[in-house]
Amino acid sequence: MTSHIDTCGLSCPQPVLLFLTALRKTEAKEFDVLVDNEVSRENVTRAAENHGCHVTAHQEGNDVTRLHIAKN
Amino acid sequence: MKSLRNIFVSPAGIILTGAIIGLLAILLQHYGNPGNMGICVVCFNRDIAGGIGLHRASVVQYLRPEIMGMLLGAFVAALFFGDFRARGGSSPITRFLLGVIASIGALVFLGCPWRAILRLAGGDGNALFGFAGIFVGVGIGTLFFRQGFSLGRNTTQHRASGFVMPLIMLALVLLYLLYPPIAGQEKNGVLFYSLKGPGAAHAPFLLSIGIGLLVGFLAQRSRFCTMGAIRDVILFRHWHLALGLAAMLLAALVANVALGSFKPGFEGQPIAHTQSLWNFLGMVTAGLAFALAGGCPGRQIFMAGEGDNDAAVFILGLIVGAALSHNFDMASSPAGIAANGAVAAIGGLVICLLIGITNIRRGA
Repeated sequence: MTSHIDTCGLSCPQPVLLFLTALRKTEAKEFDVLVDNEVSRENVTRAAENHGCHVTAHQEGNDVTRLHIAKN
Repeated sequence: MKSLRNIFVSPAGIILTGAIIGLLAILLQHYGNPGNMGICVVCFNRDIAGGIGLHRASVVQYLRPEIMGMLLGAFVAALFFGDFRARGGSSPITRFLLGVIASIGALVFLGCPWRAILRLAGGDGNALFGFAGIFVGVGIGTLFFRQGFSLGRNTTQHRASGFVMPLIMLALVLLYLLYPPIAGQEKNGVLFYSLKGPGAAHAPFLLSIGIGLLVGFLAQRSRFCTMGAIRDVILFRHWHLALGLAAMLLAALVANVALGSFKPGFEGQPIAHTQSLWNFLGMVTAGLAFALAGGCPGRQIFMAGEGDNDAAVFILGLIVGAALSHNFDMASSPAGIAANGAVAAIGGLVICLLIGITNIRRGA
């Protein structure tokens, strides 16, 4: 099961908070997190890696990146 | 570009940024900026408000080039590295109000978080109460975020809107150059200048703006934020930004000791008062306002340089709030809090709590 999280337009600390809440509270093993700026991308990536997850980034549009995050 | 970007967002990058800001702030003090006020984002916006005549407190009027430099430095870095994106529309009027309250609270303490660090690094024990206040204020903010607090999503705006704040800063630089300070004159052209007090203490223009540009550039790249440092530790146990804050404190402390300007104590500290309760409560109010707005005043400057319209509105709130602080007798002085300082700090806190409660959204 993949959990989908759209953080576009949200500012700190909400993108990381939404991801970490999903990481703790859902059964999902994989997460697709949409980010629309570099800061959110860096912060969510750093948080995921701190929790032992593997992150791959896919460019979705001009500003939007989809971070595919897999729990180890 | 990518590798350079990674260097700045690494732990080494944020530590380097914090240390450089700490050192440069003490350098600015050494070359003329007020005591323990190498860079203070709230005080300097207050001085700008005085410089353009929004308040007439004669001791705090000066168009601080550091602020213009910081925003323009961040603007250049954001353009160069592809981070510039005009965005906005996330509760702008609420953010304006948060800026006003942040300024009022910080001026009860007499400093933004950057100055709290510099005051501590100079040995001012009163700053400990300010710091405790920031921790509590930001801590209350994290409770709201845990409950689903959000000022809503921003959307992409027309690119031109992102240039407005940098152009306002450029206009201020041009005004300064057109009407520079003249010894013994309290006005040149349209600009007001202090002849005594903190507003009369300033480093040379080129040093101020040069350091501002460098600080803005580095902080934009590394995402340096003092409020974020504390928030991330409380909310996530993430220490990344806190490394920057610690590096700034340590570097400023070492520089002060080396220059003989470290003077530990509570009494007679530069531009500070000893009313601990109000040093604390002023910063609880300001800390909560920073947390709800998503960044310390410095970070808001850098985000405004990246094209963030909402951060720009917060900065305008800071400037207006600083003017109101002085016009309405709310801003403290070394003698202590002002007649309306206590009401302002408590009233601001109540408004922030109301903003927090009324913006809790589920599933936003």
